[in-house]
Amino acid sequence: MVGHSPPPFFKRGPAPRVKLAFFLVLSLSILISDINLRYLEAFRQGLSVLAYPLQMAAATPADFVRNASNYFASLVRLQIENKDLKAMQLEGAERMLRLEQVEQENARLRALLESRPRQQVRSIVAEIMYTAKDPFSRKVVLDKGAQAGIEPGQAVVDDAGVIGQITRVFPMQSELTLLTDKDQAIPVLLVRSGLRAVLFGSGDGLMELRYLAANADVQPGDKVVTSGLDGLFLPGLPVATVARVERDQAQTFARIPCLPAAGVESFTHVLVLGNREALPPRPPEPVVINKGKGRKARAAKE
Amino acid sequence: MQPTNRSSRILLPVKMWFVYLTLFAALFLNYIPTGHLPAVPDFVALVLAFWCVREPLKIGIGAGFVFGLMTDIGVGAALGQHAFAYVLLAYAANELSRRVLWFTPVEQALHVLPLLFLSQAMMVVVRLLAGAEFPGWWMFFGSFVAALLWIPLHYVLLLPQHRPVDRDENRPI
Repeated sequence: MVGHSPPPFFKRGPAPRVKLAFFLVLSLSILISDINLRYLEAFRQGLSVLAYPLQMAAATPADFVRNASNYFASLVRLQIENKDLKAMQLEGAERMLRLEQVEQENARLRALLESRPRQQVRSIVAEIMYTAKDPFSRKVVLDKGAQAGIEPGQAVVDDAGVIGQITRVFPMQSELTLLTDKDQAIPVLLVRSGLRAVLFGSGDGLMELRYLAANADVQPGDKVVTSGLDGLFLPGLPVATVARVERDQAQTFARIPCLPAAGVESFTHVLVLGNREALPPRPPEPVVINKGKGRKARAAKE
Repeated sequence: MQPTNRSSRILLPVKMWFVYLTLFAALFLNYIPTGHLPAVPDFVALVLAFWCVREPLKIGIGAGFVFGLMTDIGVGAALGQHAFAYVLLAYAANELSRRVLWFTPVEQALHVLPLLFLSQAMMVVVRLLAGAEFPGWWMFFGSFVAALLWIPLHYVLLLPQHRPVDRDENRPI
């Protein structure tokens, strides 16, 4: 009997440690292929269809709470809001009228100059249902998805400026990553100086202009708008204002925190902008020189 | 099974459909969009730990993996993040069950707290390695709240097993 273990009394399948090792390796490989390689989007879509009914059922109480507060809003408050909205509409109408005229003029001038016409973009109104529960990222869930024509990569704006980008689309809903998310970057232009840069989320509800030299022409209060170099965002949408500029001679780059222009963390209705037409093809790269510039342009593109 | 190993009362055997029903109910609670509210416990982790402690022969790592994936989908986390944590949690709960069941519910909660805490810490480590932002220490409140919930849960989830063996026509409950 030496060297033989007795037969087990109870059948339990593979040993617990073998099972543990197997499932740990399996979940780690899923994790890595999801985070780094993004192979599993189809798998996620499939599972999300299964989870959708339960998700919708779970979202109902939150919906109910939100709508109940609307229902009980006092008459006076609604009247005040109504008055404000009317005033705003009037103000907006006057500007709209001028805008139309200016747009036509712009089109004519552009035709005269034989430059490309500015693009018209179709947009979809969506409602933010709730903040995604994942505490590691800043994402919200919109109530429209692939069936309404939303695609990954589209820009999302509210009435004051850009708030983020669609990162994942499900059939009935979609996930919007806010600009303040740590992994989110957007190519921008400083209005006053015309400086191009890349704006990154810094994770604490703010954003940060990175890779600008310590002596760059930036001042607190500068308006930051999209530059449109990425081919996704329309150029000229307001994004942020520079909060302060910290220049340290020991460092190559200045530290420039920015405040988001739109109510990035508080909102209900948003506009999902349709895809832009493809940009004209890039000119062939010069062979040797301008290495630094090329890198910067690539950084802005990303 | 007994309510605890010291108790002299013998309970009815658990029904597996009830185990899965409670797990799905916990999944439902996890799906409720509470945003970034602090101190919202992870219900699936709690119920999973409960059944892994109570029924180590019937439920374990496999269920942890499947419900972990479902949680990942619902809360928009990285796929596999909760699965990884729940697999570890289920294994540890299975291993601890022979010890934990000797204690009263309050002492059991104290045993489960480090398990829940560690499974959350694993998630944080995994996501930080992948480059996410640190959400702040408040997220760990969730496991303390969950450990507190263990005490009522111990009574609620065992209720069906407390029914008498012989059904009495004159006394329907």
